[in-house]
Amino acid sequence: MKAGRFWAWVVFALGAAYFFIPLIATVEFSMRMRRGAYSFDAYKVVLGDARFQATFGYSVLAAVFTIILGVLIVVPAAYWIRLRLPQLRPIVEFITLLPLVIPAIVIVFGYIRMYGSNSPLPFLATDTGTNALLVIGYATLSLPYMYRAVDTGLRTIDVRTLTEAAQILGAGWGTIVTRVILPNVLIAVLSGAFLTFAIVIGEFTMASLLNRPAFGPYLQNIGANRAYEPAALAIIAFAITWGCMSLIQILSRFAPKSANRPN
Amino acid sequence: MAEPFLSIQHVRKSFGATTVVEDFNLDVEPGEFVSFLGPSGCGKTTVLRMVAGFEEPSAGKIVVAGKDITRLKPNQRNVGMVFQAYALFPNLTVAQNIGFGLKVAGMPKADIDARVAEMLGIIKLPQMADRYPYQLSGGQQQRIALARAIAPKPKLLLLDEPLSALDAKVRVSLREEIRSIQKKLGITTIFVTHDQEEALSISDRIAVMYGGKAEQVGTPFEIYNRPATKFVANFVGTLNVLEGKVTDAAAGTVQVNTQEVSLKGKLNGSKSGDTLSLALRPEAISLGRQPGRDSSLIGEISEVHFLGSVIRVRVGIGGNTVSLDTFNNSATPPPAVGEKAEISFSSGDMLVLH
Repeated sequence: MKAGRFWAWVVFALGAAYFFIPLIATVEFSMRMRRGAYSFDAYKVVLGDARFQATFGYSVLAAVFTIILGVLIVVPAAYWIRLRLPQLRPIVEFITLLPLVIPAIVIVFGYIRMYGSNSPLPFLATDTGTNALLVIGYATLSLPYMYRAVDTGLRTIDVRTLTEAAQILGAGWGTIVTRVILPNVLIAVLSGAFLTFAIVIGEFTMASLLNRPAFGPYLQNIGANRAYEPAALAIIAFAITWGCMSLIQILSRFAPKSANRPN
Repeated sequence: MAEPFLSIQHVRKSFGATTVVEDFNLDVEPGEFVSFLGPSGCGKTTVLRMVAGFEEPSAGKIVVAGKDITRLKPNQRNVGMVFQAYALFPNLTVAQNIGFGLKVAGMPKADIDARVAEMLGIIKLPQMADRYPYQLSGGQQQRIALARAIAPKPKLLLLDEPLSALDAKVRVSLREEIRSIQKKLGITTIFVTHDQEEALSISDRIAVMYGGKAEQVGTPFEIYNRPATKFVANFVGTLNVLEGKVTDAAAGTVQVNTQEVSLKGKLNGSKSGDTLSLALRPEAISLGRQPGRDSSLIGEISEVHFLGSVIRVRVGIGGNTVSLDTFNNSATPPPAVGEKAEISFSSGDMLVLH
C-alpha cells in the first residue's frame, strides 16, 4: 500500500515537472528583458503595443460573435435532436467531431475556393464578408466542444417532460427554449463558450490565411522577430486560457440543481 | 342527457405497424373524475397524451366543451397536466413554477402573485414560495406540480400516474388531497394509473383498459362487483377462480371438482358439457355454513396464516384453491391444516368469466 502511494507520488511529481518546468522557465525568461534584474518590461512592451491591443481586441470580438453563432446553431440543434430525433445523435456527434480530424488549413482552403470573389457567395470580396467567414470558420472549429458541452447539459435534465410541461402551460417554442431549456443548460453553454473563446484567441491558421488582423498571427509575428516578448505573450495567452477554465469551474457551482435529485 | 364535457370518439393510435389504441370511446361529464386503469402498455397513457395534444390520433375525434380539439397544439388546448416525474422547472422557484402558465398567458404581475398565493394555500404549502424544486420532497414537488397545472384555470385536468414515484404513505394522503381539490374546484379530471386501489378509491368512474381498448367503463362499485370481462375480473381486486363444467345448462348446474353448484340464470349461452371459469371474491366466502348463503363446497384446509386481526385460510377443492379471510376470534383457535372444511357463499356472488 505504502509502496503504491510512493510510486503514485513519483508519477505525479514527474507529470507536474513535465508541465510546470517549461512554464516556470518561460515566466523566468520573460522577466529577464532588463539586464541583471527581473522585471515586467517585456509585459509592459507587449501590453503597450498598439498592435497587441488591436489584434487582441479583434480576436475578442471574433470570439464573441463565434460564441453567439455557436449558441444559435448548437443549442436548438442539440435540443431538437434530444427531443425529436434521438436516432440522429450518433450521426450528428460524428459530424461535430470532423473539425478535430480535418485540419483547419483544409477547411480554410475550401472556404477560399468556395467563397472567392467569383463565387455566387463572395464572402472574400469584402472585409466584412471575410470577417464573417472567419467567424463561421471559428464556429466550425469550436463545434466539437460547444456541441458536447450543450449535449452534456441537456443530458442532466428531462428535456421531453420539461418541454411538454411548458407546452401544456401555453408556452410556444421560443418561450420553451429561452425560459425553460436555455436557463437549465446555461452553465453548459458557458463552458462551451469559454472553450470557444480559448480556441479563438490562439487560432492562427484561419486568421493568417484569410489575412485577418487577429491575435494568433500577431503572436507568430512577434515570436519570429523578438526575444522576450513572445515569452510574455505566451504567459498572457496561458493566463487567459486558464482564466476561462477557472470561470467554467466557478460558474458550474451556480448550475440549477435537478428537481429529481434525491433529497 | 346532458352534452358530455369531454368526448373521445372512435380514437385509434398506431405507431408504424403497431396499433396501441383501438377504437377508444369515452364520454366524460363536467366535473367528473375518471380513471384510466390498466397494466403497462395497455394504451392508457397514449389516450391521455392524445387528449393533451402530445400525440395525434391516427383516427377519431376528441371534443372538449363542444369544440373539436383533435388537431390543436398542446399550448392551444387550455388543459392542465401533472406528470409522473413532477416536471417542475429546476431553474424556477415554487412561486415562479406555479405562475409560469399565467405569465405565458400575459397576466399582470399583481394578479399572478395573488393567484400563486391562492394556489399555495389550496395545496397547503404557503411557506414554500421561494424554495427551488430540489429543496422539496417528492410529495411536495407533486403538490406544486398540481398547483401549477390548475393555476391557469384549465378546462380539463390530466394526471399521468402522478403518485407512482412516491412512497406508499404519501401516495394515500396525496390521492385524497387531489380528490378533495378536484371536488372543490369542480374540474373535469382524467387520472391515469395502474394501481387499482388508487382508481377504486378516488374515481367517479373507471375505464379499465387492456390491449388498447376500454374493456369496461363503470363506477368503482360496478367494476369491482360486476366485471364485464375475465380481464377486468382478474385485474381488479383479488379473485378466486374455480374451473367448472356445466352439467345441466337448463337447470343451471355446474360441477366443481365432484360437487355441484347451482348458478341459475347465470349460464346464458352455455351448453351442457362446456367448461367455465367461475370466480368468487374472498369477502364473498365464509368458512362453514352461514345463514343467507345458498351454496357450499367441501374441501381441505391447505394453508393458515395468522395475520393478527385477520386469519387468511386457503382451502383446496380438488385442483382449485380458494383463499378467504376470517376475523380473529380469541375464543376460537384457528383451523388446522389438513382439516376438512366447508366454505359457503351466495350463488349470486359467483361470477361466470367469459
